[in-house]
Amino acid sequence: MSARTRSERKLAWMLCAPAVLAMLAVTAYPIGYAVALSVQQIDLRFPEESGFVGLDNYGAVLSSELWWTDIFNTLFVMLISVAIELVLGMAIALVMYKAIFGRGVVRTAVLIPYGIITVVAAFAWQFAFAPDTGFVNQLPLISDEMDWFGGRFSSFAVIIMAEVWKTTPFMALLLLAGLVTIDSGLYEAAKVDGASAWQRFTKITLPLMKPAILVALLFRTLDGFRVFDTIFVMTRGAQDTESVSILGYNQLISRLNLGLGSAVSVLIFICVFLIAFVFVRGFGAKVDEGRPGG
Amino acid sequence: MTSRATLKGLVCLVALIAASAALVACGGSSDDSGPRELTFFVAIQPGGTIEETSKRCSEESNGRYTITPEFLPTDASQQREQLVRRLGAEDDSIDIVGMDVIWTGEFANAGWVEEWTGPLKQQVTQGVFDNVIETASFEGKLYAAPFNTNTQLLWYRKDLVPKPPVTWDEMIDQAEKLGRANAGTIQVQANRYEGFMVWANALIESAGTEILSGPEKVDLEEGPTEKALEVMGRLANSSAAPTSLSTSDEDSARLGFEAGESAFMTNYTFAYASAQSEAPEIGKEMGFARFPEVVPGTPSKPPLGGFNLAVSSFSNNKDVDFEAAACLAGKDSQLTAVELDGLPPSRADLYSDKAVQKAYPGFAKLVKESIESSGPRPTTPAYQDVSLAVQRTLHPPNKINPDDASSIYDELKSNVEDAVRREGLL
Repeated sequence: MSARTRSERKLAWMLCAPAVLAMLAVTAYPIGYAVALSVQQIDLRFPEESGFVGLDNYGAVLSSELWWTDIFNTLFVMLISVAIELVLGMAIALVMYKAIFGRGVVRTAVLIPYGIITVVAAFAWQFAFAPDTGFVNQLPLISDEMDWFGGRFSSFAVIIMAEVWKTTPFMALLLLAGLVTIDSGLYEAAKVDGASAWQRFTKITLPLMKPAILVALLFRTLDGFRVFDTIFVMTRGAQDTESVSILGYNQLISRLNLGLGSAVSVLIFICVFLIAFVFVRGFGAKVDEGRPGG
Repeated sequence: MTSRATLKGLVCLVALIAASAALVACGGSSDDSGPRELTFFVAIQPGGTIEETSKRCSEESNGRYTITPEFLPTDASQQREQLVRRLGAEDDSIDIVGMDVIWTGEFANAGWVEEWTGPLKQQVTQGVFDNVIETASFEGKLYAAPFNTNTQLLWYRKDLVPKPPVTWDEMIDQAEKLGRANAGTIQVQANRYEGFMVWANALIESAGTEILSGPEKVDLEEGPTEKALEVMGRLANSSAAPTSLSTSDEDSARLGFEAGESAFMTNYTFAYASAQSEAPEIGKEMGFARFPEVVPGTPSKPPLGGFNLAVSSFSNNKDVDFEAAACLAGKDSQLTAVELDGLPPSRADLYSDKAVQKAYPGFAKLVKESIESSGPRPTTPAYQDVSLAVQRTLHPPNKINPDDASSIYDELKSNVEDAVRREGLL
């Protein structure tokens, strides 16, 4: 290594240092603190009764039926909503890409749901589906008596619908960014060779968009696993619709049981980490490619 | 990947705002020249009771203190969450706390609120219902000045129901007979929230047992508890259950009753004034009776709600806080509360007052009797855990078998036992 390379590398490290320090302060420290809390018995309501308990909190969480029910609920909402979002997002991305006139208007209009605060959107859909004030039960083919939030899977249906409505634009935008990177010459060549529209989609668009699709899926899956607002507003976890984030909230914010709550948070963190690991290592998602400007 | 396509017009604008923090000097001013600034954290009352009483008490202090209300959300769980986060962090910007009757054990045990002693203790408890004093006390000590109380009555439609039912079974029979098309439903509060605990506790108390007999002692005698659970299961599985029973709260119950969908409703006293102004046709036919019995012949124990005023342990103004809280909770303030917001006074001697008679035309005596015989929710530092355990176990109520509640009873008992020990996830 030449002296010049070495000094450049040193400069690079120094330039990175502020960012690294900031990341350590705002990310590593809270995570480390949560891990430290999770091995203690700490309940703000009972300040005297605290102490080190090792992995007891993790044992309490992992042996609880509630944790596994909530993991199922979270994965259920995540998988179904991300799958629907991918299909719809792809369709919308293609439409936005092909739109001949009013491109700006179309793209802006599609993005509106994503611009609405999740809590506001959740309340709006909750009111829409309420049996007394909502319009949904007035629609044809739907019983006036339908109590959407009174059953587990009807609640899930509304929650997933609200999630899909809200985040499909984000998916579409990420996919559109991948779509515009494809050289249009490839399509023309394929057309000349007599490839059908479906063949062009499956043989050109999909393979070349793989990086963009994986990144979009990664982002949405991570978001989806942490689903909180929509469920909190609509059911507060009633009818067995609770997600792991709400479980953590209940222990931390409602019960002030910081030990148990931190154990839940750390376990959520581990799950999120595993999801990211599977995407990056298993499917080869490259987070620095396939994004707008990437 | 092919050559990088040009992404014209995609401009990413990152605006870094260096916030020049305008630090507002806060906290209690400790100089003796001007009036002390006291902050009163309390649930908002739409009629303006809190503003009115804060203003009057500030004036009556002759410049010694001014009280500024700081409003908490309308939802009881969110009120508590905001308060406990501040108190848990020993926030000294809270002076006086509007404390829901169920928080006393938790706040007192954690050392967040101060004990009341001496002449002021005498003053704030004078003439107050015993049940209400109990809700402001923990382990024999008083931690708050009783302000307003609240209770639920049975509201029914006089045009549809000639004689109000005395028991839950009778009420369900009457509703079934009326039929759903003819308002044959009963409105209660059965969403999974604190209101569900209110309902469950009132039924368990009315059946002749209690959830806890001490801060960490589970009672839940089997026979009576099962009787109470069977009432919940029977209603939830009958045609008398409104469509959205398992998502109902005080407001949806009121709306259902006002819309003419239900001939019966158990709800707080606000429901009467609301129906008179929102649905006069229904309001005209609105009858009232005592909260129904679970066991025929055993008087019911209606729910008890309300707010008590406590002094924060982290306040810098404790010397004047007690006096200010005593004024805010005093006789005049209680009359303001009944006048502006229809909230029942916690002092029994005020029920002959004109303001109370006017707020509860014809049923002031019933409200008083209902409060006197009420069955308060348990007092325990782990109240939140107990309430969550009850809600989780019994919700949605249609899972309770009305003919045999023994299996859900076992589950309830073991979950409440875990909850008082604060074990496991909830």
